Amino acid sequence: MSESAFFIDHSRCIGCQSCVQACAECDTHRGVSMIHLETIQRSDSVQTAPQVCMHCEDPICARVCPADAIKKTPDGVVQSSLKPRCIGCSNCVVSCPFGVPKYSAQIDQMMKCDMCYDRSSIGKKPMCASVCPSGALTYTTMEEIQRTRSGIPINTWRFGEEIVKTKVYVMVPREVERIDVSLVQISGTPSPLAADPYDVALMLEGAQ
Amino acid sequence: MAKLPTDIPELVKQFGPTMHSVPPGGWAHTGQDETLVKTHCCFCGQQCGIQLRVRDNKVVGFEPWESFPFNRGKLCPKGVKRYMQDEHPDRLKSPMQRIEGQGFAPIAWDAAMERVVGEIRRIQETYGNDAFGILSGASLTNEKAYLMGKFARVALRTANIDYNGRLCMVSAGAASKKVFGIDRSANPWSDIPKAKVILVAGANIAECAPITTDYLWQARDNGGKLIILDPRMTPIARNADLFIPVRSGGDIGVFNGMLHVMIERGWIDRDFIAQHTTGFNEVIESVKKYTPEYAAKIAGVPAELIVKAAELWGPAPTSFLLHARGIEHHSKGVDNCLAAINLVVASGRIGREGCGYAMITGQGNGQGAREQGQKCDQLPGNRDISNPEHRKYIAGVWGVAEESIPQKGLSAVPLVEAIHEGKIKGLLSICFNPVVSLPDSNFTRAALEKLEFYVNIEFFLSESARYADIVLAGSLMEEDDGTTTNVEGRVIRHRRAVTPPDGAREDWKILNEIASRLGHADKFNYNSPREIFEELRIASKGGVSDYSGMTWDRIGENNGLFWPCPENGHPGTPRLYEGGKFGHPDGKAHFIPIDWHPSAEMPDEEYPIILTTGRVVSHFLSGTQTRRIASLMEQYPQPRCEIHPRLAEKLGIADNDFVKVESRRGQIVVRAQLVKTIRPDTVFVPYHWPLDRSANNCTIRAIDPVSNIPEFKICAVRVSKTEEPTDAIAKLEMEAGGIR
Repeated sequence: MSESAFFIDHSRCIGCQSCVQACAECDTHRGVSMIHLETIQRSDSVQTAPQVCMHCEDPICARVCPADAIKKTPDGVVQSSLKPRCIGCSNCVVSCPFGVPKYSAQIDQMMKCDMCYDRSSIGKKPMCASVCPSGALTYTTMEEIQRTRSGIPINTWRFGEEIVKTKVYVMVPREVERIDVSLVQISGTPSPLAADPYDVALMLEGAQ
Repeated sequence: MAKLPTDIPELVKQFGPTMHSVPPGGWAHTGQDETLVKTHCCFCGQQCGIQLRVRDNKVVGFEPWESFPFNRGKLCPKGVKRYMQDEHPDRLKSPMQRIEGQGFAPIAWDAAMERVVGEIRRIQETYGNDAFGILSGASLTNEKAYLMGKFARVALRTANIDYNGRLCMVSAGAASKKVFGIDRSANPWSDIPKAKVILVAGANIAECAPITTDYLWQARDNGGKLIILDPRMTPIARNADLFIPVRSGGDIGVFNGMLHVMIERGWIDRDFIAQHTTGFNEVIESVKKYTPEYAAKIAGVPAELIVKAAELWGPAPTSFLLHARGIEHHSKGVDNCLAAINLVVASGRIGREGCGYAMITGQGNGQGAREQGQKCDQLPGNRDISNPEHRKYIAGVWGVAEESIPQKGLSAVPLVEAIHEGKIKGLLSICFNPVVSLPDSNFTRAALEKLEFYVNIEFFLSESARYADIVLAGSLMEEDDGTTTNVEGRVIRHRRAVTPPDGAREDWKILNEIASRLGHADKFNYNSPREIFEELRIASKGGVSDYSGMTWDRIGENNGLFWPCPENGHPGTPRLYEGGKFGHPDGKAHFIPIDWHPSAEMPDEEYPIILTTGRVVSHFLSGTQTRRIASLMEQYPQPRCEIHPRLAEKLGIADNDFVKVESRRGQIVVRAQLVKTIRPDTVFVPYHWPLDRSANNCTIRAIDPVSNIPEFKICAVRVSKTEEPTDAIAKLEMEAGGIR
């Protein structure tokens, strides 16, 4: 087992889709990409966010699977569904707090990121973290990430009342200890224009 | 020759672009009997190390090359999918000849060569040697770039050879030469993370040089501050400490305004300036009037942003300037660079660890291909074709009389203008797709139609090759050996992964053969690209870009060598200007005062909006290669017009509407994309597509008087909502210029 861990640093992501393109080059699922790259709201910002499987310590996807088709390896990597067991019910798809598993109707099976288990289990980096040009996805040791980054890695999340610990870390500012995700009421009135941090027109106010 | 041989949909049917989506053997076939070839990506000037997976003389995939120091396995999407250009259904596997009314048909090599040589002779005998021109490319290896220059001057004896680096690096190169005496990035990339302030001017690094992003973020993690100048909030601008949304063409306002504040507040290195530079007093005079308020009017931004930039840059202990096409693609491109570089020299922060500056080359061999003598004014080793000493040395290397070497010829845009005027009658081109990449595409098309004879060396039938009389099936980068020089000035080895398909030939063999048939076999008798490199070494000896101490073996063993490398065993020179020693004969850096003036075409009542053009991350240059790779096309399938919602509202345009973008020269119809990340006085369209989707239909044929770079970054347009086009071009697939 490798000592390296997987780190996501959203502030570094440039939306280039190298991860998406390279994921489809991984030998276990060549031609199909498992990683999700979300464009948050292109009209407002160029911000993007890569999403790999977070490999929960107690994976919700596996807990809700009626066919017991989702297994975790001894080194903590949550695998895609087992073909002979998966019944394509999509419980995992709707229950994952990170939105990772996807049901493929073509093969009637759930497929998801397995941290390139064919590579990471023999000491290689996962494809996405190998190629990522911005370092938004990094596969390295805890010492190295602490030495080279200004933020800190955390892997504790709170979704409502549920605390989730993940094998994958995200980089956050030093004062953050846990990421709390709570439900918000989406109001009918759009936020006023002045609150928009990425509107170039607002930055130019005062220009002659 | 004349119009296209048949209509465009028919040509597309025969030669593409079509998309390639599955590797040889299919997705399921992996791992067995494969070899890994360590080489480099060919899709930009970063030249990332990559390993190609090869099976049965076919490139079937890639594997990261993590021990190559520049990119350590990292790749952008173009690098990941670059292997898909091999085994492509559109690949030319035979010379082709134009058949009137039908298109192109295969022709035997011997007959093709006979025709080419016959036409070169006829045109040169009838109209003079200079009536045959050459357009070459900056994505060729050093060996091929060297060969092209020698081919023009020795085999054709034409003055008129230039290359598409003219659309890329020449403003930066000219400015660097003027100030420092050397045309190269001053530092290795390893200096970037050590800088406490980084100024990025006109460089969409996340999309055009993605690997450099990690170097910027390393600097930020080390506590460095980032200043970005761009009319658009690019992905690196989103997280910058200071983003200045400068008006295209207004950059000098920011640079001179910053220097004004730095001088006022004493943030300049007077000792360094006194010991190592000339001309600073004139610069002080020239920036006196650039108060933040005056400068802000030119830059089109609030004055406090310029002051903030000066406050970050001025007192910094270490700093790094990076610039690219955003400030260089202007009719004052050289001035823009000079004003930026003045900030570096005035701070004294150059030539040491974490201090310096770099221009970000865009094309595959953007650095090396501009050193080997294929520019209209240049001989190998970055030598000057009008300098008698330089001419004499190269004449000696080539074994020709000095007076037989032509004088300075026309650069790319004037060369095409000379074709249009009927002064140049014949053309050979390689690695250049001018109908997509030059400004004012309608003019370029009209020029190519006037040629009496056009021979094009290509691996795919590019949009320009459609105008050719003979197309010679050449080679892809991975089908030949050679070297390139990356963005840092590091010379690296491209290793052949596969042989060209039957019927196609290595480019150097094609040039050897044409030259031999023209009666110059003794000067073009190379047996391998390595032999060309051995001659290049000697030709570069004593020049500015001195490769004479390099061998292919040493380059390979050391993961590249930085020039100058003037003798055997020399370790190369990663960082220039150490100890304040610059490249001019007096050893000093030369300040040049710069004053702003307007761009060639400013917006007016008739054409009130600024159009700026550029690239997207999944495409490379004119798209000849990347528009043929399915996964890259899916990522960004057709050009869109980025427009701010405020401007769109005024024009009655909604997101995804079809819009017509028109200038005085031409128009395009594309989809609108409403984004708040662009200045409301500016629209952006990427240029990788042909025909009615070619942003260069609109751009202006204005060039910088010194560098001759075209003004791609600003022209005046009007934008209006329109109906979905339904003509034959619109109905083509998007890779061919259609619209959806």
